[in-house]
Amino acid sequence: MTPTLLILGATSDMARACAHRYAREGYDLMLAARDPDTLEADAQDLRLRHGRIVTCHAFDALDIDSFADFINGLPHLPDSVICAIGAMGDQNESQIDPAAAAKVMRANYEGPALILGALAQKMQARDHGVLIGISSVAGDRGRASNYVYGSAKAGFTAFLSGLRNRLAKTGVQVITVKPGFVATKMTEGMDLNPRLTALPEEVAEAIWQAQAHKRDVIYVRRIWRMVMTIIRLLPEIIFKRTQL
Amino acid sequence: MKLSGWGRYPRVEGKLSTPRSMAEIAALLGNGPVIARGMGRAYGDAAIGPHAISTRHLTHMIAFDETTGQLVAEAGVTLKDILSSFLPRGWFLSVTPGTQFVSLGGAIASDVHGKNHHSEGSFGTFVDWFDLMGPDGRVTRCSRDENADLFHWTLGGMGLTGIILRAAIRLKRVESGWIRQTTIAAPDLDAALDAFERTYSATYSMAWIDCAATGSAMGRSLVMNGEHATLAELPPEKRAKPFAARGHLSPRVPVDFPGFALNPWSIRAFNQLYWTKGRLSAGTGLTGWEPFFYPLDAIRDWNRIYGRRGFMQFQCVVPLESRAEGLRAILRAISDSSAGSFLAVLKRFGPQDSRLSFPMEGYTLALDFPVNRRSLDLMPRLDAITADHGGRFYLAKDSRISAQTLRRTDPRWADFAAMRRDSGLAAAFASAQSERLDT
Repeated sequence: MTPTLLILGATSDMARACAHRYAREGYDLMLAARDPDTLEADAQDLRLRHGRIVTCHAFDALDIDSFADFINGLPHLPDSVICAIGAMGDQNESQIDPAAAAKVMRANYEGPALILGALAQKMQARDHGVLIGISSVAGDRGRASNYVYGSAKAGFTAFLSGLRNRLAKTGVQVITVKPGFVATKMTEGMDLNPRLTALPEEVAEAIWQAQAHKRDVIYVRRIWRMVMTIIRLLPEIIFKRTQL
Repeated sequence: MKLSGWGRYPRVEGKLSTPRSMAEIAALLGNGPVIARGMGRAYGDAAIGPHAISTRHLTHMIAFDETTGQLVAEAGVTLKDILSSFLPRGWFLSVTPGTQFVSLGGAIASDVHGKNHHSEGSFGTFVDWFDLMGPDGRVTRCSRDENADLFHWTLGGMGLTGIILRAAIRLKRVESGWIRQTTIAAPDLDAALDAFERTYSATYSMAWIDCAATGSAMGRSLVMNGEHATLAELPPEKRAKPFAARGHLSPRVPVDFPGFALNPWSIRAFNQLYWTKGRLSAGTGLTGWEPFFYPLDAIRDWNRIYGRRGFMQFQCVVPLESRAEGLRAILRAISDSSAGSFLAVLKRFGPQDSRLSFPMEGYTLALDFPVNRRSLDLMPRLDAITADHGGRFYLAKDSRISAQTLRRTDPRWADFAAMRRDSGLAAAFASAQSERLDT
């Protein structure tokens, strides 16, 4: 049986790199995004390059009532799922506009957590599957520059941690990915330290390796584990005065 | 930011845009001249300038026809992408240059050639059509039948006719990833030229030529011919997985070598070793496609061995009738200057009928020189020798010939420049190279 991968939020650079990485391993792909028409060129490219079956599906992370139908509408329950949904939003806007903040919270926490939760139920019944959530180092500690986004990612990280704990004795594997800076469309034009910045292909490779080696929580570049450990260990009395 | 080509010389201040869609590219036009940039593997200043537009995000493959071998893909797709996807299914590039790390758009704009130029032609021979974005953002389909003028000006036009967005090329069927290679050790230049003429019917041929050898050994070469191995020609253990030809490891050059690492003595020693090793292993055998076509791809970032100042490549072609005198004069000038070229390649070209492409029937010689005083003194002398023998230069490699030298050796570029001026292309598309060469 050919294994299959579902990618939620398949238009991002990280998601696209994952699609190629898994297709290279022989996976058929289900790509999901709000507007499936935007996926067609990628899908055709994946078919031509890897000779795999690739289907496109509409999925809106903000429309939680549609999740059950979305899952039932898939060709079948996938073996692996990567949730690459996320939107950084604008911190300043989120500070003054509750609606904007709520949208960031829902897109980064509520939607991703609930869809993976629903898929987990099905996978647990089957006793097999891999759920991969792309969270963020921003969730490791709230910082002034992006804490609305960071708090949602913190929630997502905690959700994945709990899900993993709950499913530890089943055949369902849960992986938390914290990419750090990644050179993507989202970060283009930002002045990022190249030592801290991974390429989307690096993220995809790290995710594939994490699945293959049954890892739980990964930072893509090792340096991030150290950086975030230090940031987490700073006493609040000092941390609150920093500008990070 | 500072932009440079593969030779890392020259470096110019310029802007690099990385659009992700046709609309984003169109929006970049009309604010001063731009030049498309693929993988940045042109050696000199062909894909740098005040504003370079990267095709790195135009990487979709669009269609493939199993019956004709026609592949339609976006301009930023690399030859490596194509081989990784299609060689396992029995298809190879009809023409490939000496590296896989070039983009489809770049291969068309430079009309690159490979070891089979004499037998099968240049890259453009296998281009069925491409879509070109002009100064106003409008996209024109160009082929031999449709907008044929623009089609022919674009092959070898160095990106100066517009931005190639996507193209249809024909791949060729192969039965394996193995090459039946024959190596002939030629002790001097005449023997090398003779070997090329005698083996003209080989599909692939090229020679490594020892530019450090002098006297009676001047021009000694290892002439390498190759054919795609058929299934029947493979030993049984290879026949089971005919496309799993052993690739090579990919070490990287980790740091810039210091400037003195490549000197006349180390170059001489390397060439001596290469010649001795090659002569001993002359004969016929099976080689994987990667070491045969892309020996330098095995060393990632090999351009760093020339140090931070970078290097220049000199590549000319001399017409068939003046091959011996022309090449000998060039080799003599090199050995007189004791500059020495670490890597030197000689290759027979077949006839070529195209509007701007570099090849012509004759012999092409490609030499790498570190950027230093000695090389900079030598190269204008090589230019003059080439011009005196009716030869011309490959702009994909060039970083330094003068506008005057180009006009003298290749009058076609004057017509091209006039066409660009008249049609408004000159104001919309320009590179550091086109400014230097006044094209």
